[in-house]
Amino acid sequence: MEYVIQADQLTKKFGSFTAVNAISFSVKKGEIFGFLGANGAGKTTAMRMLTGLSQPTAGQASVAGYDVRTQPEQIKRHIGYMSQKFSLYEDLTVGENIWFFGNIYGLSRSVIKSKTEQLLQELQIGSVKKQLVASLPLGWKQRLAFALASFHNPEIVFLDEPTGGVDPITRREFWEMIYAAADRGTTIFVTTHYMDEAEYCDRVSIMVDGNIAALDTPSGLKDSFEARSMDEVFVKLARG
Amino acid sequence: MKSFFAFVRKEFYHILRDRRTLLILFGMPVVQIILFGYAVTNEFKGADIGVWDQSKDALSTELITRLEASGHFSLAYTYQSRDQVERAFQDAEIKMAVIIPADFGATYYSGRTADIQLITDGTNPNTANTLVNYASAIVQGFQREQTDNRPLPFQISVDSRMVYNPELLSVFMFVPGVMTLILMLVSAMMTSLTIAREKELGTMELLLVSPLSPMTIILGKVTPYILLSLINTVIILAVSYFVFKVPIVGSLWLLLGLSLVFILMALALGILISTRTTTQQSAMMISLIMLMMPTMLLSGFIFPIESMPVILQYLSNIIPAKYFIIMLKDVMLKGSALTFIWNEMVVLLGMTVFFLLLSWKNFSIRLGG
Amino acid sequence: MRTILVLIRKELLQVFRNKAMLPLLTVVPVVQLIVLSFAASNEVKDLKVAIYDQDHSTYSRRLTQKFAASTYFLLSGAPQNLQDAELLLQKDEADIVLLIPAGMERDLYRLQRADMQLLVNAVNGSKGGIANGYANRVIQDFNREVRAEIAPQILAMTAGQGRIEVNFQHWYNPLLDYRTFMVPGILGTLVTILILVLTAMNVVREREIGTIEQLNVTPIRKYQLILGKLLPFLLIGLFDLAIGLIAGKLIFNIPIIGSIWLIFGFCVLNLLAVLAIGMLISTMADTQQQAMFIAWFFMMIFILMGGLFTPIDSMPQWAQYLTYPNPIAHFVEVMRQVMLKGSTFADVQEHFVAMAIVSLFFGTLAVWTYRKTGA
Repeated sequence: MEYVIQADQLTKKFGSFTAVNAISFSVKKGEIFGFLGANGAGKTTAMRMLTGLSQPTAGQASVAGYDVRTQPEQIKRHIGYMSQKFSLYEDLTVGENIWFFGNIYGLSRSVIKSKTEQLLQELQIGSVKKQLVASLPLGWKQRLAFALASFHNPEIVFLDEPTGGVDPITRREFWEMIYAAADRGTTIFVTTHYMDEAEYCDRVSIMVDGNIAALDTPSGLKDSFEARSMDEVFVKLARG
Repeated sequence: MKSFFAFVRKEFYHILRDRRTLLILFGMPVVQIILFGYAVTNEFKGADIGVWDQSKDALSTELITRLEASGHFSLAYTYQSRDQVERAFQDAEIKMAVIIPADFGATYYSGRTADIQLITDGTNPNTANTLVNYASAIVQGFQREQTDNRPLPFQISVDSRMVYNPELLSVFMFVPGVMTLILMLVSAMMTSLTIAREKELGTMELLLVSPLSPMTIILGKVTPYILLSLINTVIILAVSYFVFKVPIVGSLWLLLGLSLVFILMALALGILISTRTTTQQSAMMISLIMLMMPTMLLSGFIFPIESMPVILQYLSNIIPAKYFIIMLKDVMLKGSALTFIWNEMVVLLGMTVFFLLLSWKNFSIRLGG
Repeated sequence: MRTILVLIRKELLQVFRNKAMLPLLTVVPVVQLIVLSFAASNEVKDLKVAIYDQDHSTYSRRLTQKFAASTYFLLSGAPQNLQDAELLLQKDEADIVLLIPAGMERDLYRLQRADMQLLVNAVNGSKGGIANGYANRVIQDFNREVRAEIAPQILAMTAGQGRIEVNFQHWYNPLLDYRTFMVPGILGTLVTILILVLTAMNVVREREIGTIEQLNVTPIRKYQLILGKLLPFLLIGLFDLAIGLIAGKLIFNIPIIGSIWLIFGFCVLNLLAVLAIGMLISTMADTQQQAMFIAWFFMMIFILMGGLFTPIDSMPQWAQYLTYPNPIAHFVEVMRQVMLKGSTFADVQEHFVAMAIVSLFFGTLAVWTYRKTGA
């Protein structure tokens, strides 16, 4: 089995506060990996370490075969990232955003051009190519952001609460995009607060107070916690 | 009314919580006024001059000594040729050259006119003017001393009294000016920025759907800044009074009152700017670019309005700072009462109302659209 | 290289997309340059003089005439008592009040001496000093005339005692045209304000909106990001400077004696220093509001202590040291030297060195603080 993310005793301390406490886990290639936890459990901190945005205090991790400590720049070439704050440039048009991020990842002009057409068609938003991103409805923005996070065919896409504040229909469409990407072999690492979304994942880990309290498939988790839904699993764990 | 005060209190919490901004807000004016109080001055001490004395007699030597003894000049170089003088100006090693012709003393004692020549670097007219004035005055004094041995009859003596500023200190000019700049920019920028910020972060919509009327919201946002600006006024006045000994001849209450009028005007202007912008960046650009230099240069702070071309003298009438500076000088330095400055006061109040009406109109259009 | 070009284009797109920004970066500075350059003059002329004549004699009327005829003075009033005279000063309706006491003419004849008093409005100290000097000169001229009339033999008495005449010449700018000094200075000040604000707000703005995080997970290198943010503003600054210099040449006919390449070479270095300072402010600030206030604080200091309005040489020594990192001070000085005096690189190299040090120092500090906050 090929692992694209391997964390070993990964730790982050801010002064005396331990945000992430020696977590260890592995993510398989092409897997949709759900990374759950209450607010403040340490999800975002862990994700920032894996994406090379912050250095671990202790422990090891490799992402796409590169060490997060010593090779953060190589990691950045092989991952996509979509943060919980909407982070496309609102004062640029849809086309300009695609052009910008395509170039930043070093794609050639012809590739950008053909992929742009393909992307606009897939998202069915070809008509708004010249519109400012600020003027798009939130659901469109989120789908566009995901499309851009995977525009350069990264091995892994990190999604930090990608569907916050989005209506159920758009969320469905969003997850269809995630499945499509996973089918193409892209690994998806996603945090979410929606327990129905957790059910869509291949495997789920639940963080409590900086530790990984559980890690299994959704059905495996439900069995071991004798729960009918992921909601129940989560509540049991979070209450300790 | 109760909800209004609750709103004002919320705004106060915002401001007081941000320690760094608060430190900047109160610390900067103090630093600036102290820095400028010492540094911004036209009074020269020890400007480097060079002398090319072709005469080298008793009179010329004495004159040079006199120039140096005044404290305004320090003799840095002596030259032997015009080329050397030219070179010196090219290198900017001196500010002024004094050229004394051959037979200077002999010419003088034979009853004819002895010329001395001052050469300045005209590329800085401020310095050139000031130094020539100093030197001329010193030479005149020197001449009077020479003739004092045999005083002339039929002498008209003039006693000059420098009213309001006996020691001709620059600081008297610039304290009102810096105070104006600080109040204007802090009040106008703060307001336009705080409103633009709510727009940018999307919280403005949240407020607009609340039962408070839009104007109440805006007023609630600016009220704390009135108080902050008044505190700033008091700080600046205290520093200028205690550190720089700038007198406050008139009524302190009148001074605070007219400062309040000016602050209100600046806040109204800030509101107007914020109704025209959507981002903090453009609010700031407009406040700074449109206000900073015109306030500095067209208000009479640095350059006297009377020296400007007539068109600009008219233009200066729309610069609010002009009226405030006039009033500040009148009340602080001349001790004028309200009866002397009421027309300036009325103009500022009129401007305030005008800005508010205009913002009200912009605001309604925006909500309607 | 391509990454940097892409970043530059993105910044420029963003700046010019903002409708309010385009005029602020193009038309407004040029208009301000023209208007403010006309306003910036310390030339003292048309001083208002009021004469309280208690003597009503031939001499007092002649002295009044002499003031009226002088190019420096305008007669602005003839108060009839001391209160009125002082009121004129207070209302700014007179810069100077001359008090001619009753019996002036009689005293001059009988006692061979007379006294007068000048009240000078000295709120503006330097203007007051100059006004006093001019008034004294008029009175002395009058004195000399009168003396020659009353007692021509005095001239004989003063034989063996000449006069010292002070002549002056202002090199490079004989008529002391303030504009040749002010236009480059005001231009430099305006561009500094513009560029400092743009850069100071830039990084902190991306941080507030959240896009900086997105950039941080892309393969963009730190130096690429910094260059991508510096170069667009450098371009805007150079563009504004060029437009301003052309406007100055066309409208004010300011001389450009020295090398134009030297001027632009210095402009680049000078702008880099401004950019480095702006970047540092931006990486240090938590919010755009803070960035703006810090930028404004330094701007005030740069402008008022830049040597444009009051000479740097008249500052106390410690304050002169403080002007070393001040880009405006160096700009004013170099423009003055190269444009108006034709100085060469050798003459102004210390300013190049100073700006290089400032750019490097603040630039390194900015990259360093950016790393720290980025981690």
